[in-house]
Amino acid sequence: MLNLLKRLRYHVLVFFAVVGPGFITANVDNDSGGIYTYSQAGARWGYLPLWTLLPIAVLLVVTQEMCSRMGAVTGKGLSDLIREEFGLRTTFVVMAALVVANFTNVFAEFAGIASALELFGISRYLSVPVGAAAVWLLVVKGNYRSVEKVFLLACLVYVTYIFSGVLVEPDWKAAAIASVTPSLMLDPAYITLLIGMVGTSIAPWMQFYLQAAIVEKGISAEEYSKSRIEVVVGCIVMVVIAFFIIVSCAGAIHSVAPRDVKDAADAAEGLKPFGRWAYLFFTVGLLNASVFGACILPLSTAYTVCEGLGFDSGVNLRFREAPFFYWLYTLLIVGGAGAVLLPGLSLVKMILFSQVVNGVLLPFVLIYMIRLINRRRIMKEWVNPTSYNIIAWVSVVVLVVLTCALVVISLRDMLR
Amino acid sequence: MTAALSVAPPDYIFLTELIGMKVFDLKGQRIGRVRDAALVPTVHPMRVDRFLVGGGWAWMTVRHDQVRSIGLNGIYLRAEQLTPYHDDEYMLRIVQDLLDQQIIDAQGRKVVRVTDVSFTVAREDDHDVLLLHDVDIGIRSVLRRVLQGLLPPRCVRWLQAPISPKSIPWDYCNIIEPDPQRRLRLNITPHRLENIHPADLADIVEELAPDDREAILGSIDSEVAAETLSEVEPRIQAKIVEALDPEKAAEILEEMAPDQAADLLAEVKEETSEEILEEMSLEPKTEVEELLEFGEHTAGGLMNPEYVAISMEARVADAVDAVREGEQLIEGQNTLFLLDSEQRLAGVVPLARLLLAAPETPVSDLRSADLIHVDAKEKKARVVELFDKYNLLALPVVDASGKLLGIVTADDVISVLRQS
Repeated sequence: MLNLLKRLRYHVLVFFAVVGPGFITANVDNDSGGIYTYSQAGARWGYLPLWTLLPIAVLLVVTQEMCSRMGAVTGKGLSDLIREEFGLRTTFVVMAALVVANFTNVFAEFAGIASALELFGISRYLSVPVGAAAVWLLVVKGNYRSVEKVFLLACLVYVTYIFSGVLVEPDWKAAAIASVTPSLMLDPAYITLLIGMVGTSIAPWMQFYLQAAIVEKGISAEEYSKSRIEVVVGCIVMVVIAFFIIVSCAGAIHSVAPRDVKDAADAAEGLKPFGRWAYLFFTVGLLNASVFGACILPLSTAYTVCEGLGFDSGVNLRFREAPFFYWLYTLLIVGGAGAVLLPGLSLVKMILFSQVVNGVLLPFVLIYMIRLINRRRIMKEWVNPTSYNIIAWVSVVVLVVLTCALVVISLRDMLR
Repeated sequence: MTAALSVAPPDYIFLTELIGMKVFDLKGQRIGRVRDAALVPTVHPMRVDRFLVGGGWAWMTVRHDQVRSIGLNGIYLRAEQLTPYHDDEYMLRIVQDLLDQQIIDAQGRKVVRVTDVSFTVAREDDHDVLLLHDVDIGIRSVLRRVLQGLLPPRCVRWLQAPISPKSIPWDYCNIIEPDPQRRLRLNITPHRLENIHPADLADIVEELAPDDREAILGSIDSEVAAETLSEVEPRIQAKIVEALDPEKAAEILEEMAPDQAADLLAEVKEETSEEILEEMSLEPKTEVEELLEFGEHTAGGLMNPEYVAISMEARVADAVDAVREGEQLIEGQNTLFLLDSEQRLAGVVPLARLLLAAPETPVSDLRSADLIHVDAKEKKARVVELFDKYNLLALPVVDASGKLLGIVTADDVISVLRQS
């Protein structure tokens, strides 16, 4: 009996030692761009799009699981592996696209901070510069361990979406039915939205971030089974949060009068009739998600790019020792935050653009991933089993087709 | 611009220029392009021994002495007989084994990734040979790689001119090869790594992938490996030890201070730690096993059981002799312990006082006024408190009967503080 307890304690301890990367990645996935897309889904189409969340969860688990496995087995980041196996030119092109894609994501995060705080009456000309400075300092002056704890706390704040979902008192029965009944309409706007939901949920940066975080945490191949649980739980949590965002907006906005929302803050505004708290919870959730994303994206980008191209990187180096790293990191923050303050730059256009770049990049990243994870020289006995490969390839093909469609649609909307 | 475009033979060539370079036979006919180049380190540490040339269907091997001249315009051969390419375990292929891989820069003491390689063109007897000169990293070499094959080499040279080069002399480059057999064949020796300060080497090890960590610690001298391993983060330490061959792990642990070895073994899986202990020789093994009995968070778990002690009755001259004998132990310690007839701790003498005293003085005259010690079962936090309160450099640890078991030194306390 004592032995059993001891073993249980060991497993619990190991689990807590590996918690972090999977949870954080999945939660940052619900960033300001994601919240906007889900709000739009609920506000415009009500409960109808809920069924996509289940397939999204599957796709997410498949891709995230492969990344974390590669990280645990090889101890190397995804950009490192791409560099070692496919050469520098490939890496360079992927990294360049990643910088562009993540720049637009950083922009979206700061736009989220600005609009969330404007609901509290704080001008964006105050909130954005202060936010940018705080993000810059937090990471440059803090260390990864303490920052990770702050991030894990930030994951808890996502609970606010569940509260606001409950407070709105949506039609739970309709929501439950819609979650398991696929409904398709030949309305281009509806199809665009569905693809957009997939596109915002599975982004190229996540693959790089998750794998790097697993390596940074030093998770080994033996501990990996615990890590896998964490990754799967993280993906489920992410989908649950997305569910509540859609349900809140469906209950509050769609059931009154279906409409398009301008941004996530506009959606929060729509919750006002359902009480101060529902509105407040939604806004706090948005602010938290945006700050969270703004902390992680620029740093992860700078790390990934420097690793891939072989430049010195790391917050424990001085500016002079890792100039490229610090310049890239700073430029992403200053540029992303600065663009929010430019008048006349439309958030919706930026999000469309970001979806295009992400969409162009994702197929390449996924195909490189699958090829890497099947190389026995790198992965040893941890290569994909055949059955898993079939699932993985099907997922990749589905994602590639969907993102290609998204790119075409977004390009059309941008040029219109 | 004109200088860069002149046709004078260059005295250096980059790998990015060599790859894809045309190869001409005696009649001046093109027979193919260079695909890779290889050193044979057991023959010559830096000379390119063979060029692997792809033309038509198969690859061919061109030996260095079959080449007449090498320039940006191409490689001209002086021999007719070329052999088809076949794999050779003694070959270090530059594109396949070196390019884009991680190596250790022994001069800059860090892990770098090879972006490009530069060769000097030298005359040997009456033909040109390439000598591997340095490994390039940084923006300049990234530019060359990105533009490789898209622009003519001379253009690339002109474009890169304003960027300052960043490279590591080949002499300081250490290839990381996990396979010990291959390490031998490629003549990869760890001597340069052994000269890096253990703390720096520990940083390097932390940065590497697990297989590479074990390759480094498994190949270097056990004493250096022990010093390096003690500087590595505890989390990674345990993983390295678990992955090493138990025999090698035991060798390394024997070289470590017993308290550190015990801390480390407490972190690894039970089966592994038993295996390792079995491989250790008797004396260090008993010391470590005794330490493992104490809880990890107690003074006993923190202490080092090695110290220099002498009887209360002794004179200064005897004490100095004892210190000389314990030369190995005294490193990092600065206190002599006095024991009564029953091995109980009776006093401490700072070593510096021995220098000032006359040889015939009884050591007991020199002992410090206060005797501060701690019970082996006392908590870590209390130990830290005592160090802070009394400004200690070393604290003796005793058992319930007052018998001296070991000492905790200031560097142990610093580790405790850093971990919490």
